[in-house]
Amino acid sequence: MERAGSQFSPRMDSRIQIWGMVHAAIVPIASVVVALVVGAAIIALSGANPLVAYSALFEGGLGSGRAFSRTLEKATPLIFGGLAVSLAFKCGLFNIGAQGQLLMGAVSAAFIGFSLQGLPSALHIPLALLVGALLGAVWAAIAGTLKAFTGAHEVITTIMLNFVAFNLTDWLADGPWKDRTPGNIVARTPAVAPEARLPDIVGVPLGIILAVLAAIAVWWLIWRTTIGFELRTVGQNASAAKYAGISVRRMTVLAMVASGFLAGLGGAVETLGVVGRFQPGFNVGLGFNAITIALLARTNPIAVIPASLLIGVMQAGASRMQFNSGVASEIIDVILALILFFVAADGIIRRVLRLRAEEGERVTLSSGWGS
Amino acid sequence: MRITGSIARPAAARIPWLTIGVWGALAILVLIAYMRAPQATTAVLTSTIRQSTPIILGALAGIMCERSGIINIGIEGMMLISAFLGFLFNVWTGDLFLATLGALLVGAAVGAFHALMSITLKVDQIIAGTVINILAIGTTGYFYQQGLTTRGKLTPVSIPFLADIPIIGPVFFSNPPITYASLILIVVVHVLLFRTAWGLRTRAVGEHPAAADTVGIAVNRVRYINVIIGGMLAGLAGAFLTLESVGSFERNMTNGRGFVSLAVMIFGKWTPFGAWGGSLLFGFANALQSQIQFLKNQLPSWLAWIGDLPPQFIGMLPYVLTIAVLAGFVGRARPPAAIGKVYEKE
Repeated sequence: MERAGSQFSPRMDSRIQIWGMVHAAIVPIASVVVALVVGAAIIALSGANPLVAYSALFEGGLGSGRAFSRTLEKATPLIFGGLAVSLAFKCGLFNIGAQGQLLMGAVSAAFIGFSLQGLPSALHIPLALLVGALLGAVWAAIAGTLKAFTGAHEVITTIMLNFVAFNLTDWLADGPWKDRTPGNIVARTPAVAPEARLPDIVGVPLGIILAVLAAIAVWWLIWRTTIGFELRTVGQNASAAKYAGISVRRMTVLAMVASGFLAGLGGAVETLGVVGRFQPGFNVGLGFNAITIALLARTNPIAVIPASLLIGVMQAGASRMQFNSGVASEIIDVILALILFFVAADGIIRRVLRLRAEEGERVTLSSGWGS
Repeated sequence: MRITGSIARPAAARIPWLTIGVWGALAILVLIAYMRAPQATTAVLTSTIRQSTPIILGALAGIMCERSGIINIGIEGMMLISAFLGFLFNVWTGDLFLATLGALLVGAAVGAFHALMSITLKVDQIIAGTVINILAIGTTGYFYQQGLTTRGKLTPVSIPFLADIPIIGPVFFSNPPITYASLILIVVVHVLLFRTAWGLRTRAVGEHPAAADTVGIAVNRVRYINVIIGGMLAGLAGAFLTLESVGSFERNMTNGRGFVSLAVMIFGKWTPFGAWGGSLLFGFANALQSQIQFLKNQLPSWLAWIGDLPPQFIGMLPYVLTIAVLAGFVGRARPPAAIGKVYEKE
């Protein structure tokens, strides 16, 4: 919730925000620490040394320049996904379909990438990114429109759309858009044209730059525009918003479209920046990780960046950990689930740290099914 | 908030002509299909009942929770964890009955965890369910070892005489135990909710907890127990997947069934029999999907194109159907009024 007067005094506002950010970060950080401790217990239970495992994990994610660039690579789609979920949360919508939107974005960006040849990069890259983002937006718009006009709850429709997207992209990559080069038997699209691959800008991958810019843009949209204000109003109290003349339907569709746009862009960025083509089974689990990130960041778009980097470190280091300590890389998913639990059940952490609950800082989602 | 006062309205005062009409038309269709292709029709219908088993069990789980005012989107995860541990129990003990019992207890435990989060810790109920779903994927993925299989599966038990009736016999009276149990549980949950004091209390707590409290009902206790019962039903659905249907565990094998269950629950307006109708619809879609290879040659010429569809399109069918059902029915059903809200005594 906004603090009183935040609209009027920018200087006060920023000071309060900085203190608020420090204060708001305590519970997420404590949640991560506790989740790592519980994860260590699980690792120890399964007969491995947690210290060896964790040091390999962080070495694999931060230990060298190459490790860190792998972390950035993993964090990029996570930032987009986390932003997508956060933005929908602000409007009271729970988008658990980032996965499907990402797939649609990825497959369509790959299509633009491989089907057009000889375009200059300055045209090809933006076009492929835009088409990917738009397909993600369309995919989410289905759920948004159904929610707005029929009341079908987005938690179910977005999950169902994920399964539809799995099947659809699988068919595309194994049928009409299949890589027909001799010798290829697996389901995948042809490689995208070299002109469509995302370059590095002074050594930094373009993807992560776009992700950070997207975070800033979402922050600006939510806190500095009329649409953002209306979005937040609908999220906090839909009936009050309606009373104030805001179209709840329009905002619902708009929030889902923007959310899907971000997820689709994430898919496009990863396709053009990292993978270079579309393959089924692409980035499985992103949708759920995006939820964890959004809640870890308390739906703050800027905080999505460090939250994604943290999870990116774990994902980048997972294989090193498995190699050095024999702990299966799936432990990362367990730790992420524990982080989500401790962030969501923040009462536990607060009781231990003797923190007061802050007013209005909970994310309220359960408005029930239907209306 | 909408208070429509429909609690007191008698449920079935009118004759449900539409329902009768739809079921009648379906029965005629089945008869026609049976006359033209008896084996294929029986196979599809038998598969329909079995495929609908986990869906109706999940929907019953949702009904128990939501009638008491607790949203449970963690049914998917409850199914997955129970399926996994039920499978492991079987691998360890070699006993299918013990393994099923174990899966039920695991479901109860995860249900209690959901109740703890959403009632005691006051976590947003949709987030609490998501925690369970993600935890289920993570833990089952971490502890899963490839290559294990169950020792046997729960196999069909034919009921003497009844099983010999054409169509009805093989479809209803020659099923494995958990499928029978699911059919019985539909009736049990219906009676429990609408014919017993416990059911009245449950519904009161789900509609108007403050009023229930003033007449001496322990709101949170009723909710705890219902969510735990719901967990057990989801646990049975999990046991079905590993111990009756597949015979081994696969990563993420629930494949969205928990969410389909919720859609079915809404389709059935939070009633067991309504949800059963919905789950049969999904069972049918799944049955078509699993039987399509065998049916290809038996399709009439004007339906031959179905056999040529890419498998991915047939794979989408249940999910597209869920979306359509949800979009078409949700507005006409009214969820329990107090759903999703933490009850705090004033």
